[in-house]
Formats: sequence, structure tokens, C-alpha cells
Amino acid sequence: MLKSLAISQIYVLDQNKALDFYVGKLGLKVKEDQDLGFMRWLTVCVPGDESREILLERPGQPVMDEKGAAEVRDLVTKGRAGGHLFFTTDDCRKTYAELKAKGVEFTDEPTERPYGIDAGLRDPFGNHIRFSQPTSKP
Amino acid sequence: MSEATEESNRRLLRARDAMDRTYAEPLDVPALARIAHTSEAHFIRTFRATFGETPHRYLQRRRVERAMYLLRRTDRDVTEICLDVGFSSLGTFSRTFREIVGQSPSDFRREKETRAVPACFAMAWTRPSSFGEARGHRRT
Repeated sequence: MLKSLAISQIYVLDQNKALDFYVGKLGLKVKEDQDLGFMRWLTVCVPGDESREILLERPGQPVMDEKGAAEVRDLVTKGRAGGHLFFTTDDCRKTYAELKAKGVEFTDEPTERPYGIDAGLRDPFGNHIRFSQPTSKP
Repeated sequence: MSEATEESNRRLLRARDAMDRTYAEPLDVPALARIAHTSEAHFIRTFRATFGETPHRYLQRRRVERAMYLLRRTDRDVTEICLDVGFSSLGTFSRTFREIVGQSPSDFRREKETRAVPACFAMAWTRPSSFGEARGHRRT
């Protein structure tokens, strides 16, 4: 039986820019940053919740050829790569104000939804991210 | 794909996000073109090449998606919803809604409400496709 979700992955076009954004602006923490030779294994997590890592993976060789990488980059920058991340927060409006002040690009301002108050943003590459102040535990 | 194309995609996506936020306002191509750092004529052409539909059509689908939500989640009158989402004529709203969704707004309202999922997924998946119109809407 499966027990938990440990690592999920999204594509980023530049891992250093991804660090600037996910750590420098969103406030996530670097969990692992290792040069494995064939790839840079770069994961981040929410501070205090290190059991769930997000792999920030750069599309490219050798896992895919240049044409394939170009297709992925095209999808990411069109917002079609499916790299959605959904976080929770205790105070959506406060988090929104803090991130807005840091220059984060928002798609949605905090809005009351059936499941809570949430807001949406994009990372520098086009991936969509939401954070929600849930009305109740899922 | 060149970095210039990636940058163009990203700017167009930024403009499209702005359309999502201001869906009830008239289509402001000059403002969107400024966000995308293009001329107005180039904006419409590249938007269509990038996302497969014109900005006008994208906005129509966004408005209809919003109307679908309001029809199911509120008791507001169809005419009020039509105006709320940015249509200025009930006739145009009803015709566009039926063309895209395959049902009239009133018929759509009668169907059962679905579970609330995160807004990005609800927006994307409840928005009727413009690539096949009403045929693609009905779930199987």
C-alpha cells in the first residue's frame, strides 16, 4: 500500500532563477542541491514540512533531445506544462501582501472559494501556483 | 525554440492572465498589447498562433465559464449574470453560451452542481473548449 507522496516534479527553465523565486521569494527551503553529473538534483520544500519535496527539473539532454526539450519549454512558457503546485497558508491575504511586495506575479487576488480563501500566481517560467487558507481540513 | 519565442510566450501568457482577471471589462487590445510588448496587430496574430484562438474568442470562453459558475452557484437572474460577466446584450450572451456550451443558460442551470475543486482546475476544465465547440463539453 502506498504511504505518502514524497517527491513531485515541475519543469523550470533555469534552476538558478528557480531558486531565486522558490526560495528567495516564496520562502521555500532548499532540501537538496547536488550535482549528480548527469543532472542537478534540486529539490525544495516548505519549511517545517520536509517530507514533501518538489524537484525543480530542467528539461534537456540526456533525458530528452533538443527538440523534445524545446517542446517542453514551449509548453511551460505557454502555461500548459501542467506544473501546478497547491500550498496552504494560515492567512491568505497576509501571504498575498507579502509576496506582492516582493514582486511576485499574481494571476488571482485572494478570493473566497467554496474550499477557502485562495490566490494564484505564476513562477518566472509560466507554472501556475496557488495557495489557500482552507475553511476546513481536507 | 529560441529564447525570444519563450519570452514571447511568457509575455502573451501574462496578457492572457490579465484577460482572466478583467473578463467583465471590454476587450482592451492596446493595453494587452502593451503587457505583451507588441503592437496591437502583432498581439492578435501572435496570441492566436500561440494559444490557438483569438483574444476575443478566449475572452468569450472566459466569460461563459464564469457565467456557468454563477448559474450553478447563485440564484441570480440570467440577465444579471449576463451583464456581470461582461456581455451587454442578453441575446448575444444566450447565443454565445449555447454555441459554446451546447445548452441554454437556463437548461445548464438545472443540472447538478459539481464538487468544488481548486480554482485553477475549475477555471481550466469548466471552460468550454473553443476547439470543437459544444461537442467537447459534455463529460462521458
